[in-house]
Amino acid sequence: MKAYLTRRYMFSASHRLHREEMSPQENIATYGKCNNPYGHGHNYALEITVSGSVDETTGMVCNLTDLDGFVEREIVERFDLQNLNVLPEFARDVPTTENLCTAIYDILRRGFRNAHLEKVRMEETMMNSFEYAGGAEIRR
Amino acid sequence: MVYLTRKAEFSASHYYHNPDFTPEENQRIFGKCNNPNGHGHNYTLEVTLKGDVNPRSGFVVDLKQLKEILNREVLDAMDHRFLNKEVPEFANRIPTTENLAIAIWQRLAPKLKAAQLHRVRVYETPDLFVDFYGEA
Repeated sequence: MKAYLTRRYMFSASHRLHREEMSPQENIATYGKCNNPYGHGHNYALEITVSGSVDETTGMVCNLTDLDGFVEREIVERFDLQNLNVLPEFARDVPTTENLCTAIYDILRRGFRNAHLEKVRMEETMMNSFEYAGGAEIRR
Repeated sequence: MVYLTRKAEFSASHYYHNPDFTPEENQRIFGKCNNPNGHGHNYTLEVTLKGDVNPRSGFVVDLKQLKEILNREVLDAMDHRFLNKEVPEFANRIPTTENLAIAIWQRLAPKLKAAQLHRVRVYETPDLFVDFYGEA
């Protein structure tokens, strides 16, 4: 039977929302306080949903050890306590939580083989969150 | 169509073990969860139903009745129990969160007449939950 498993992780990082192509006025009009030149940080919550048939011998969609290991190695190590603007993922894109969400989805899509990736959901603060499923409709 | 979600909490213990595996395999696959004396969680259950709003009552489903069904079918059977030993579904199935969500769906689906079961979500901890939609 098919089940969906969601695991939640935390990491903290700083960023600045700014585009070189925009004038200073346009940057401030677009990004407001997030355009402050010194940047600011968030405690991000990351939720990863994977799906698949529940294995009859283990009772699992995927072994959490595999998912936790992958996320720790490939995502938390890469982003935790970093300035997102200086990372290669954001050499061209503004490190909004939308772009962070799709970057993390791409890392999982490319490298995680133990279950089907359904979606990535990120909370930037307790008041806002973003979800990405590779362009597919998100199941409620 | 309106979706309604009811929450409930229960606490239970379990351990993960497949008698067809060697002790080494059980240890490698299940890690600390393989401890035969078991360990416990505070589970949170979210049951989501869907249906049309009844024009007379304004309800998708009578919450009193839903609460009674949840208590009778799930909480009375699972709250403060050792899932492996006291819940029949887990005599031969490993009580992972995945299988718990499936077992709860199978207990509830035949009892819900007024509205259709849409989703069973079981939180094992605030950082881990499983959704089951009744898919084969």
